Amino acid sequence: MIEINNLTKKFDQFVAVDNLSFTVKEGEVLGFLGPNGAGKSTTMKVITGFLSPTSGSVTIDGNDISQKSLKAKSLIGYLPEGAPSYGDMTTIEFLRFIAQVRGFRGDEIDKRVEHVIAEVALEAVREQSIETLSKGFKRRVGLAQAIMHDPKVLILDEPTDGLDPNQKHHVRELIKNLAKDKIVIISTHILEEVTAVCTRAIIIAKGSIVADGTPAGLESRSRYHQAIKVTLTDEYDLSADLNDLANVETVEVSEDERLSYTIVAKDGHSIFSQVSEIAQDKHWPVSEFHVERGQLEDVFRNVTQQAEGAH
Amino acid sequence: MGNLGIVFKRELMSYFATPLAYVFIVIFLITNGIFTFDLGGFFLRGQADLLPFFGFHPWLYLFMVPAIAMTLWADERKTGTIELLLTLPVRLADAVLGKFLAAWVLTGIALALTFPIWITVNYLGDPDNGVILAAYIGSWFMAGGFLAIGSCMSACTKNSVIAFILTVAICFLFVIMGSPILLNAFPGWMPQILVDAFSAMGFLTHFDSIAKGVLDIRDFLFFSAFIAAWLLASAIVIEMKKAN
Repeated sequence: MIEINNLTKKFDQFVAVDNLSFTVKEGEVLGFLGPNGAGKSTTMKVITGFLSPTSGSVTIDGNDISQKSLKAKSLIGYLPEGAPSYGDMTTIEFLRFIAQVRGFRGDEIDKRVEHVIAEVALEAVREQSIETLSKGFKRRVGLAQAIMHDPKVLILDEPTDGLDPNQKHHVRELIKNLAKDKIVIISTHILEEVTAVCTRAIIIAKGSIVADGTPAGLESRSRYHQAIKVTLTDEYDLSADLNDLANVETVEVSEDERLSYTIVAKDGHSIFSQVSEIAQDKHWPVSEFHVERGQLEDVFRNVTQQAEGAH
Repeated sequence: MGNLGIVFKRELMSYFATPLAYVFIVIFLITNGIFTFDLGGFFLRGQADLLPFFGFHPWLYLFMVPAIAMTLWADERKTGTIELLLTLPVRLADAVLGKFLAAWVLTGIALALTFPIWITVNYLGDPDNGVILAAYIGSWFMAGGFLAIGSCMSACTKNSVIAFILTVAICFLFVIMGSPILLNAFPGWMPQILVDAFSAMGFLTHFDSIAKGVLDIRDFLFFSAFIAAWLLASAIVIEMKKAN
């Protein structure tokens, strides 16, 4: 379990992380979201023990990162932002170095290195020096070193940044497989990633938490939660039919798609059955009709802009 | 092998993975040769010792050693690997010492490869080999002093060129500290004890006696303490400037 208590990190007068508290339990995949400069990376740097907190504490399985730093660090696998690694080494040399630092000796070293090479599919570049690798491979080398010691806690700073869709999918599958009995914290600004892999999402802005919940829970805070998206085959005035429904807030016309409308529900009430009844009665020329779960992007913009406006 | 050894091995291997180590060694040997035989008048002196060889070492190190030291931490910071290294279960002391030792061993290898000059002097005459050995060790310790300054300067910046210039400047200061050029510049009212303390910090003060074969344990202690102090300073600077 990771416990973060009243964590504050200041750089001179600038408050990067402001009195942050949360705990993450085994089995959770936490998506750490926020606009650029919100303090995501700084928080991760403090959790992993790279930066020391100005005040507050971080404990990993009861080990304080400042006091029992070696023990705490040995429980963590960390992929820093940009996946830095020693460019003049070959993939295998670098991974062997990491395995040794992680405390593996003798045959164990080769066993672990081969295991992670297979896990993140690095076979093709094992003898290549890291500086000659493509961005995707570099990132996978970074992931490989992070999972070298099968860590209890995996902290990944933008793990899929710069990968192509296939590689993104692969990395997400990998994270899901790893997550079983581990704690995974991922920072990202790709919101679809949160819905794809995370069991929980925290949105921070200006160094403080502005939202914390399951991805579905956060989506339900969107004004588009329970909204109905309708695409018609012909011109038709929907709003006239819907005037009587108390739970319908408004009908929005899509900007990018012709004949596409979004019927927004009031306060997240379910309006599906009522609207579909009307659609059948009035014979709407419907080609597409479905309920929106809510847009994470919408919630993200809302809560982060509120926070920024408040300061 | 502890983490100190693992870091040391990685660093040393990385010197030889790039042309850096080879270029350094070759240039070191060539300039050493020029200094000793041309400028130092090795043959003209007609004496069976290596005084002209060792006498130039402080000036040679002044430019050669900062060139190895400049990347020690500056590159780690520039490429972001410092974040990787310091979040691995490696103590900062092991990282600082491991890197320093790797660079020190590289200068040691370069120094050891000057052995043909030792063979030459033994072939031509009958030198005191004990003195030569002591001077070799002394020279290596002095290189360590330069490197430790370089380690600290490299920790101060992301830019290895800046690290190089800073290191050369500070090393130059320490080289001339004990020499008359600087001591004469002191105003007369300065207490003698301060002037003495100042001159005692100079590399030349300590190295001249070692090069002449005066083996004083205090000179070695000076360089050891000097190295330790600058490495400690490196660790403090790294700790302070990690965020930048």
